[in-house]
Amino acid sequence: MDDLLTDFLAETAESLAELDVALLRLERTPDDAETLSLIFRLVHTVKGTCGFLGLPRLERLTHAGENVLGRLRDGTLAASAEIVTLVLAVVDGVRLILAGLSATGAEPEGGDAALIAALDRVMAKPAAIAAAAAPPSRPAGTGPAGTQTIRVTVDVLDHLMTLVSELVLTRNQLLQLARTPQDSGFAVPLQRLSHITSDLQEGVMKTRMQPIGNAWSKLPRLVRDLARDLGKSIDLVMAGADTELDRQVLELIKDPLTHMVRNCADHGLEPPEERRAAGKPETGRITLHAFHEGGHILIEIADDGRGLDTERIRAKVLAQGLATEAELAAMTEARIQRYVLSAGFSTAAEVTSVSGRGVGMDVVKTNVERIGGTIDLTSTPGLGSRFTIKIPLTLAIVSALVVQAGTERFAIPQLSVVELVRARRPGESGTGSVIERIDDTPVLRLREHLLPLVNLADLLELDGAAAASIIVVAQVGASMVGIVVDRVFDTEEIVVKPVTPILRDITVFSGNTILGDGSVIMILDPNGIARATGIAAGSASRRDTAAVDAPCSAGSTAMLLFRAGGVQPLAVPLGLIARLEEIPRDSIETSAGPPVVQYRGRLMPLVSLSEGVDVSGSTQAVLVFADGEHRTGLMVDEIVDVVEDRAEIELSAARPGLLGTAVIGGRATDVIDTEFWLAKVSHTRPVMTTEARP
Amino acid sequence: MSLAVLDHRDGAPEETNRQYVTLTVAGQLCGVPVLGVRDILAEQPITRIPLAPPEVAGSLNLRGRIVTAIDLRRRLRLPPAPAGSTSMSVVTEQGGELYALLVDQVSEVMGLRPGAIEPNPPTLPAAWAAFSAGICRLDATLLVVLDVERLLAVRTDGQAGLSRTAEAG
Repeated sequence: MDDLLTDFLAETAESLAELDVALLRLERTPDDAETLSLIFRLVHTVKGTCGFLGLPRLERLTHAGENVLGRLRDGTLAASAEIVTLVLAVVDGVRLILAGLSATGAEPEGGDAALIAALDRVMAKPAAIAAAAAPPSRPAGTGPAGTQTIRVTVDVLDHLMTLVSELVLTRNQLLQLARTPQDSGFAVPLQRLSHITSDLQEGVMKTRMQPIGNAWSKLPRLVRDLARDLGKSIDLVMAGADTELDRQVLELIKDPLTHMVRNCADHGLEPPEERRAAGKPETGRITLHAFHEGGHILIEIADDGRGLDTERIRAKVLAQGLATEAELAAMTEARIQRYVLSAGFSTAAEVTSVSGRGVGMDVVKTNVERIGGTIDLTSTPGLGSRFTIKIPLTLAIVSALVVQAGTERFAIPQLSVVELVRARRPGESGTGSVIERIDDTPVLRLREHLLPLVNLADLLELDGAAAASIIVVAQVGASMVGIVVDRVFDTEEIVVKPVTPILRDITVFSGNTILGDGSVIMILDPNGIARATGIAAGSASRRDTAAVDAPCSAGSTAMLLFRAGGVQPLAVPLGLIARLEEIPRDSIETSAGPPVVQYRGRLMPLVSLSEGVDVSGSTQAVLVFADGEHRTGLMVDEIVDVVEDRAEIELSAARPGLLGTAVIGGRATDVIDTEFWLAKVSHTRPVMTTEARP
Repeated sequence: MSLAVLDHRDGAPEETNRQYVTLTVAGQLCGVPVLGVRDILAEQPITRIPLAPPEVAGSLNLRGRIVTAIDLRRRLRLPPAPAGSTSMSVVTEQGGELYALLVDQVSEVMGLRPGAIEPNPPTLPAAWAAFSAGICRLDATLLVVLDVERLLAVRTDGQAGLSRTAEAG
């Protein structure tokens, strides 16, 4: 296909998306002169170009459309719903022809006689409005020249992204090498290289970012057509359309989003009569809202319809044998409602052309989970339901936890890791649970629940497995699974690469990557692990094991015990700590102020908890506290343990920096006042950030 | 092992000769077309891949790209290399993916006339016949021309069949 035609197709496709939106706006505000002239201009451009390229069918169609639009613009015709529908039909016709063009390079056979005739009939109508009221033909100037853009194929960007990913890996490798010799001449240029690499990475990532609005552009049209088909009146509200996310992620959530909006329109919203009877406005509302939250994008799809019918879901669950009556009786409403996300589940009383075939939400859920996202829902009877999708910003680089089982190392995506638990070995003293067995199936009492365990070394048939006792608690859809490993290393930013085709059948791996030290490592897929061990999805019953909102039961609190400048352990509530880190001591820098360390692409100030912090070892244990974007590190001598206790402060503190003394693990322990210590560093707003996007 | 490069005794022009990288596996000389070879690597650290077919030795890092290593001895149902012996790999590309064939030794590049390659003798063991594209008579020894594409067509579901019937064949 020649270049002219290719360019024309790409440009026209963009114009058409713009047209859809503009036409719907026109329908709402029929005399918006600006929108009218925009529409006219878009159609006019298409017509002009196709005349030039010799595309007669397209030209005839757009010409007829342009005529009608011309009269609308001149004000001799009012933009009624009927006319807008006709023009939308023209847009569809153009799309059809374009599809044919891009497939074969020639206009498809057939004609648009009926449509053109309809347009001509509209043209023949007498002027409805006096031409005198004609608005100014076009707003002054066609807007500022705007930012300059060039068209780059996605392939080029993808290639750049791959190269940058490699560069990041090589940089990490260099940094790791440079850590060993004390001060070589490499240190300074390496640091510079490191910064430039981070900037470059950020820049290239930015080129792949697209506003989520791109995935939404088809929705207004979809909702309008649905409303007509279903005889409902629907208002679509979109907020946060400029929230940016990776192109690849965007592509993958497009279909699930469309599906969910369709579901809202069909199942969620009631027919107008029903709404009126319920005292609600006749026009139903579907709200889409996208926003950033902590390295993720959250997308909410809400409607103000009837909400999920828990009774009907309950009946359906019973009928399909997904749970017994007794089990259902013990479930909360929210948990029962989650069944709509399981496979083959549809409560629609009848199958409509729009939805209700039972191949809905589970597909959405699978798609979202495939990109490492999660989906949740809340629903209030009579007031509507709200689905929340949480997805990562990008798939290219993810943070992963490196673990060891047997003699091999593996990476587990941090996104699915909920917590790490160290089980007590049988016979070992201390607190914490031991791994128990029910007929050889290991389980762990985690707080108030039983956590199913999978021994990684057994699952992967590795030899040399020791009595592993570290448990990576991973979220698998709605359930939790504990992956038992021998050792846990650090987290590392990794570039996920797909595995070679001959290994695709091994579902426990989602990919492989190269670590900073140059070694190849397999990335574990917690979903695959759960499937391989039969902790299958669908058994949402373990959802509550998560107990995310209530990490400690019966008034007890998880306390972190550590030592700092003394033999007596000190305690701090674990919930306040963002992370525990061991940082190499030589990476601590002092630059006119408190000691700082480069942490996740930023400077993190360090506070010493006591005068006599032990400086003998090569690493420094740090408790990282986070306050929004700011992180502060508290240097301690040694991290001792995590215990759960009631931790009631019984004696108030005698000196500043301590809250008081509590009985923890049977011993009187001082609890530190984190506020006091963190206040020692005042965060100034960063003037220049070179944060590497994870 | 050293080899004399086969010269063009028949007076055939050199251009018609096909170039092959020669390698040894369990004492047998083999050849793979040089055009398909991306790299020759000395012994490399290889990450084992659990649950993979036995022919897959693991994966290795070649300048930032992940290469899947195929153990040629296992693929050809030969006994494993004696402990402590080193291996080399011949890296080839297929379908955008890199694969390394683990062999005992890589020798040199050799030109062979297409006419000098004879079909497999019918008595060739099945494991060899499956991956041999023909046999070439050299002065001192025989060279098996390997079909790389078939060598790389490792199937996960066929893992039991290939490795466990190996001893029988």
